[in-house]
Amino acid sequence: MTTPPLTARTAGLISCPRCHLLNPVAAESTPCPRCGTELLSRKANSLTRCWALVIASFILYLPANLLPITITTTIAHPPHCDTIMSGVIYFFQTGSWHIALIIFVASIFVPLMKMVFLTFLLLSLQLGWRWRPLERTRLYRITEMVGRWSMVDVYVVTILVSLVKLGSWANIDAGPGAIYFSALVIMTMMAAESFDPRLIWDQMEECQ
Amino acid sequence: MTHITSIIACHDCDLLQKNPPPSALCLPSLGSHTVTSARWTTAVVIECPRCGAILRRTQKNSLDRTIAWLIAGLILYFVAVSFPFLALQSHGIANETALISGIIILYKHKMASMAAVVLATCLILPLYTMISLLYILLSIKLNRYLPGVSRLFAWTLRLRPWGMMEVYLLAILISMVKLTKLARIIPGPALYSFIALTFVLAAASISLDNHVAWDFFKPRQVLTSAKGKP
Repeated sequence: MTTPPLTARTAGLISCPRCHLLNPVAAESTPCPRCGTELLSRKANSLTRCWALVIASFILYLPANLLPITITTTIAHPPHCDTIMSGVIYFFQTGSWHIALIIFVASIFVPLMKMVFLTFLLLSLQLGWRWRPLERTRLYRITEMVGRWSMVDVYVVTILVSLVKLGSWANIDAGPGAIYFSALVIMTMMAAESFDPRLIWDQMEECQ
Repeated sequence: MTHITSIIACHDCDLLQKNPPPSALCLPSLGSHTVTSARWTTAVVIECPRCGAILRRTQKNSLDRTIAWLIAGLILYFVAVSFPFLALQSHGIANETALISGIIILYKHKMASMAAVVLATCLILPLYTMISLLYILLSIKLNRYLPGVSRLFAWTLRLRPWGMMEVYLLAILISMVKLTKLARIIPGPALYSFIALTFVLAAASISLDNHVAWDFFKPRQVLTSAKGKP
């Protein structure tokens, strides 16, 4: 049996969440003397907050993908609604498969992947798994890093809406799905932010 | 009360380890730390030996480099924001768009929440980050403790992931491809500054060593106790 590695918590210290200044445990929930951030040994209610935000994201995922994100009106055709998936299919059929892939990965795959990964990490903590902490920490880091790129579809809608205003020839308006989609991206980013990877390592130490 | 700054806890796994002083970072090996130094840059990255988190990333002349990149970024930002980045021409009608015009149209179409998200993530937060970082770094450069710098730095680090201008660049490129079949697309002057800005902001965030700033801001209790002693 090996001795558990010395962490800030076992040494009776709190590392400031922003500036990483080590403070004594007695300073818990007071402002950090260096940067003013509230000192907490672990992120506040990490599991509860993260569960709530992940569940909210799962609910938002449905309207974000099922409702139209753009409504195109052209002179020749009746108003035409596009969801995220129909945009991907359109690009795939017209030969721009690389753009189809970018949109598919950024808008459909990444948000779902983030939610599934976070659910997996939360379950692993709740069920007390001691399995591969390093890989789970890496999984969290990937989740945190890629989330921002999902925002790309929201920006594409913003650009299309302002650019395609050609009077009666062609006109693009934003659909209700776009609002749900931007809320989804923000929710998943907040969920990743509220998760505390140190809990994975705490569990390893408790079992030793 | 004294604070230990020679030891640091990993932010991802809480492991305690040595926080090397800036002078030691130029050395090739640092005991238990994993130090990666790419041959083509002067950048040094220190990783946690247990979980591999990046504890510290520093460069030679980190402060000067970051200030330079930020000034370049501010200039490019104003070009990127104030000029149209794309124009569309079809059936004799031309229409051009800048960053702000899309936000205004969303707002007019009763999509204020989405307009607010785009406004915050693409316009306000990148500008806020650049200006506050310049203020903080110039304060360190001038060796003068300007009011509120340490608290401002904490907030800037917290809000930094929400500034997403580089994602907007990808969105511009996707819209260009999307519209090529519909009409003629004319790239505007702001497009090139958007591209340059993305690289400049990435360079600024790589060259910034947070600990240079944190080492400069002494904890308040230490300052008061030092004053109390004769």
